[in-house]
Amino acid sequence: MFDHRKIEEITKERERWEKSTLPNWIKQCPERQKEFKNHSGITVKGLYTPEDIKDLDYMRDLGFPGEYPFTRGLHATMYRGRLWTMRMFAGYGTAEDTNKRFKYLLSEGETGLSTAFDYPTIMGYDSDHPMARGEVGVCGVAVSSLRDMEILFDGIPLDRVTTSMTINGPASVLLAMYVAVGDKQGVSREKLGGTTQNDNLKEFFAQKLCIFPPKPSLKLSVDIIEYCARHLPKWNPISISGYHIREAGATAVQELAFTLYDGIAYVEETLKRGLKVDDFAHRLSFFFASHNDFFEEIAKFRAARRLWAKIMKERFHAKNPRSMWMRMHVQTSGCTLTAQQPLNNIVRTTIQALAAVLGGTQSLHTNSFDEALCLPTEESVRVALRTQQIIAYESGVANTVDPLAGSYYVEALTNEMEEKAMEYIQKIDDMGGVIPAIEKGFFQREIADSAYRYQREIEEKKRIIVGVNEYIIEGEEIPIKLLRVNPSVEKKQVERLQKLRRERDNRKVKEALEKLHYTAEKGENLMPTIIEAVKAYATLGEIMDVLRKVYGEYKELIII
Amino acid sequence: MSKVEEIARGVLAGDKRSIARAITIVENSPQEAQKLIALIYSYTGKAHVIGLTGPGGAGKSTLIEKMVREYRRRDKTVGVIAVDPTSPFSGGAFLGDRIRMQDLSIDEGVFIRSMATRNNPGGIAKATKDAVKILDAAGKDVIIVETVGAGQSEVEIIKVAQTIVVIHAPGLGDEIQAIKAGLMEIADIFVVNKADRENADKTVMDIQAMLQLDDRKKVWNPPIVKTIAITGEGVQQLLDKIEEHRQFLQKELGHERSWEKAQAELIEAIRDKVTSSIIEKLKREKLFEKILQQIVNREIDPATAAEKLLNQEQLE
Amino acid sequence: MQNESKSGRKIRVLIAKPGLDSHDRGAKVVARALRDAGMEVIYTGLRQTPEQIVEAALQEDVDVIGLSILSGAHMTLFPRIMELLKEKGLTDVLVFAGGIIPEEDVSELKKIGIKEVFGPGTPTEKIIKYVLKNAPKR
Repeated sequence: MFDHRKIEEITKERERWEKSTLPNWIKQCPERQKEFKNHSGITVKGLYTPEDIKDLDYMRDLGFPGEYPFTRGLHATMYRGRLWTMRMFAGYGTAEDTNKRFKYLLSEGETGLSTAFDYPTIMGYDSDHPMARGEVGVCGVAVSSLRDMEILFDGIPLDRVTTSMTINGPASVLLAMYVAVGDKQGVSREKLGGTTQNDNLKEFFAQKLCIFPPKPSLKLSVDIIEYCARHLPKWNPISISGYHIREAGATAVQELAFTLYDGIAYVEETLKRGLKVDDFAHRLSFFFASHNDFFEEIAKFRAARRLWAKIMKERFHAKNPRSMWMRMHVQTSGCTLTAQQPLNNIVRTTIQALAAVLGGTQSLHTNSFDEALCLPTEESVRVALRTQQIIAYESGVANTVDPLAGSYYVEALTNEMEEKAMEYIQKIDDMGGVIPAIEKGFFQREIADSAYRYQREIEEKKRIIVGVNEYIIEGEEIPIKLLRVNPSVEKKQVERLQKLRRERDNRKVKEALEKLHYTAEKGENLMPTIIEAVKAYATLGEIMDVLRKVYGEYKELIII
Repeated sequence: MSKVEEIARGVLAGDKRSIARAITIVENSPQEAQKLIALIYSYTGKAHVIGLTGPGGAGKSTLIEKMVREYRRRDKTVGVIAVDPTSPFSGGAFLGDRIRMQDLSIDEGVFIRSMATRNNPGGIAKATKDAVKILDAAGKDVIIVETVGAGQSEVEIIKVAQTIVVIHAPGLGDEIQAIKAGLMEIADIFVVNKADRENADKTVMDIQAMLQLDDRKKVWNPPIVKTIAITGEGVQQLLDKIEEHRQFLQKELGHERSWEKAQAELIEAIRDKVTSSIIEKLKREKLFEKILQQIVNREIDPATAAEKLLNQEQLE
Repeated sequence: MQNESKSGRKIRVLIAKPGLDSHDRGAKVVARALRDAGMEVIYTGLRQTPEQIVEAALQEDVDVIGLSILSGAHMTLFPRIMELLKEKGLTDVLVFAGGIIPEEDVSELKKIGIKEVFGPGTPTEKIIKYVLKNAPKR
C-alpha cells in the first residue's frame, strides 16, 4: 500500500526516534509493564507505523465493503443502510412467561427474537424426567412438546419476526415444532425466517451439552442444513459458534480458528449429501463472543470475515459471492462479567458491544449487568438493549463503513490474527480433521490450558479485573434486585405435559416414533419424520429417546 | 474394639464405607495397615485379579466400564482400582478414570477406587497390592487394576494380578515399541481395541509377528482379542479368554504361581522392614549429618558415604 | 507448598458437578488449582445425580467435596446431596460450593451443612487456603 522508498524513509526516521526521543521519555516515564500482550498472547507494540502493514494490498486484503474479501463488511452501505439486528436472548419459566417477555421486548423496539431453552429441553429430556428435577424453566423456557411451542409463539406472526433458537442436540425437534406452528398460522415454509444454533461439533469441546457421539451429532446438524437448503430457503440452519469456545476459556485466536474449522467440517459433510456449495453456503451463519480487549476483538471479526471468504473461494470453489459471506451474530462476553460491583458490567458490555459494531456484525446481543448473579430482570435487560441503541443512534460510529480500516495497529493485528488462525487450521488438517482432533482431546486441552492461564494471570495480578483483584469494595452488598423463577413452574409444566400424554392420539404417536426409529437406522434425513412426529404431539423426550437408542449416548472425554 | 478392628470387620462384611476407609489406611499409615492386613489376610485369595495395562489413549477406562457391565451380567461382583500418576512437582494428582465408570458406581455389586501413584514407579501405587487384598477380603469375585498407562514399562502389575491384559489400539503411533520393550513378557492376553479402525488388522498382525519372534518356552499362548470398547463389541470374548486363563492357572500353574508370588511378597516385606529400620537407626547417628554435609560439599559421593555409614554400623 | 492435612495425610477432594448445566470452566480451574497445591483430586464429570456424587465420595473416601453448579437448581439438588451424605454416615466430610448462588440462598445452604459458598471471581488461592485450613482431621 505504501511506496517502497517511503517505507525505507519511515524506518530510518523510526530508528532515529527510538534512539533520540524515546529513551528520554522512558527515563522520565517508564512503561507500566515490561511487555504488553493481548488475550491471544500476541505482543502489542508501543507504536505501529506504515512499516507494520507495508505489504498490505488494499484491493487484495481489504477491498470495498460488499465485495470480496469482505474485510470491510458484507454490505456496501453497512449501518448507514440498516442497523444491526438487536436480538436479545430470552427465555424462562413456562411458555406463557416467555411469550410475555417476547412481546415486551418487541414492544421495546427489539427486532428479532432469540429463545433460551431450559436445560432439560437442551439435553432432550421432557420436563418430568428425573434428571429435570429443579431445572424446569430455570435457565430458559421449558418446551417438551408442540403444545408448549404453540403457546410460546401465540400472537407472534412468524412471517413478520425472525426467531433464533439456541438449541443443538435436539435442534431438529425444535425446528420441526417451529415449522409446525408456522403451518398452523398459515405461514408458508418459504417465509419462515430465523436460526437454529445446531452447531453440534463445538459441543464436544466447548459447551459440552452433547447428547450423541460425534458422528451422529454431525449427521443431525447436516440433516438440518440439507433440509433447509431444499425446503426452508430463509432459515439459517446453523450458527457456527465460537462464543462457547471463548467462554470455555479459549483465546480470541483459538475461538477464530476452531470456529472456522467447524465451518469447514460442516461444508465438507454437506457436500457429501449431493448439494453444491452454492446451494447452501449462503445460509451458514456464525456466532462470536466479544471480549474486553477492544482492538483484538475488532481485528478478530475483520480477520474472520476475510478468512472465511478465502476458504469458501479457494478451498471450496464457491462462485456466488454470498456463499463467501460470513454473516455473524455477536454476544458480549458473559464470562467477563463480575458478581462484584455489578453495575460496572454495563461499562464492560458497552466496550464489547462497540467492538462488535466496529467489527461489522450483523446482529448483536448485549448481556445484562446482573448475569453473573442470576437471570436478568426486565430492568437489566432494558439497560442492555439501550446500550445498543445508544451506540446506534448517539455515538456516531454507525455513520460510516468500517471506520478503523487503515489503522496501522488494527490492520497489523487483523493480519496477525488471520495468520495465527491459519496455523491452527493447518494443524487440525494434519490431525485428519475435526472429529479426530476431538477424539484426541486436542481442542479440550488447548482450551483448558488457556482457561487456567487466564485465571493464573488474574490471581497474579498480571491482569487487572476491576472490582475483583483491584479496586475491591470490602464487604460489598449487592444492591440489585434478583429475578427468581417461581417454583410452581415445574409443577405447572409437568401437569400440562402429563395431560397432553393422556389426551393425544397415542396410537398415532407410537406409529410416528416407530417410523422415526426406522428412518434413523436407515440413515436417512430425519427432518420430515420428526416434523410428522411433533405434529402427532410426540414429546421432545420421546423423540430423543428413539435417537438415543439408535445412536447411543456420548460420554465426555475429560481434560483438565 | 479398636478402629482398625472395626474397619476390618466391616471389610469382611462387605461394607462399602469400611472398604473405603481401609484403603485410605493402607495408603497412609503403614503401621495400621499392617494390623489391618493381618486381620483380613486369611480371607483373601479368592478373587481373580486382572491387571489392565497399555498406552494412554488405548481406551482402558472405557473397556473396563464394559467389562464390569458384562461381569455384572454374569452375576459377579467387581472391584476396580484405577491408578493415575502423581505430579512429581506438586505431589498432587488428578484422578480421572472414575468419570467413565460413574454410572456403575451406584450398583451395589461394584466398588471403584482411584489411587495416585505417589511417585511409586512401575505403573501402580505402593498400596495397590493391599487395596486389592481389601477388595478380595470384602468378597469381590473379580478385581480389575488399571495401571497408569503412561506407556513406560508398567511391570509392577505382575506382583498384583493373576491375569495381565495388555491393551493396544491402532493409530497410537510408536507405542507398539513400548509393548515390545516391556509389556510383552507379562501379557497373558492382548486386546486390540478400536477394532473398527481401518488399520486394526495391521496392529493385530504386528502383535502376532512379535509373539512369533518370542522363542521362550511357553505353556500359555497369549490370545489376541479384538474389541470396540465404545459399543462393547468383543468384551464377552475377552471375558471368556480371561476365564480360560484363570482355569489354566488353577490347573497348570496355580501352585507354582502362588508360591512365587508369596516369595516375592515376603522378600519385599523383609526388604522394606530391614531398610527402614536401618535407615531410622542411621539417621540418629551423629555421623549421618556430618557425612551429609560432606556430600553437599562434594567431598564424598553418596555411594561411598553409604558404605562408610554401614561399615561403621557393623563396627559397633 | 503445604499439601497435607493436619494429620499429615494427603487431602483427597471430590469436585462434583450436579445439575444439567455444562459450565465446567470454574470446576476444572479449581480442580487443577487444588491438584497443583498437592491434593489428590477426583472430578466426576458433568451432570451427576446426587446419588452418584455421594457414592463417589464414599468409595473414594474423600475429605472434601466441592460442588459446582450454575444452572440454578442448587436449592433442589444440594439438600438432596446433604441428606444422602448423612444417610451414608459421611458427616465428617467438608462440603463447599461454588457457582452462581444468590446471597439469600447461601444462609439456607449453610443451615443444611454446606460450610462455604464461593461466588464468581473467587481466587483459587482463597479456595486452596480454605481447604487446607478446614479439611477434617481424621
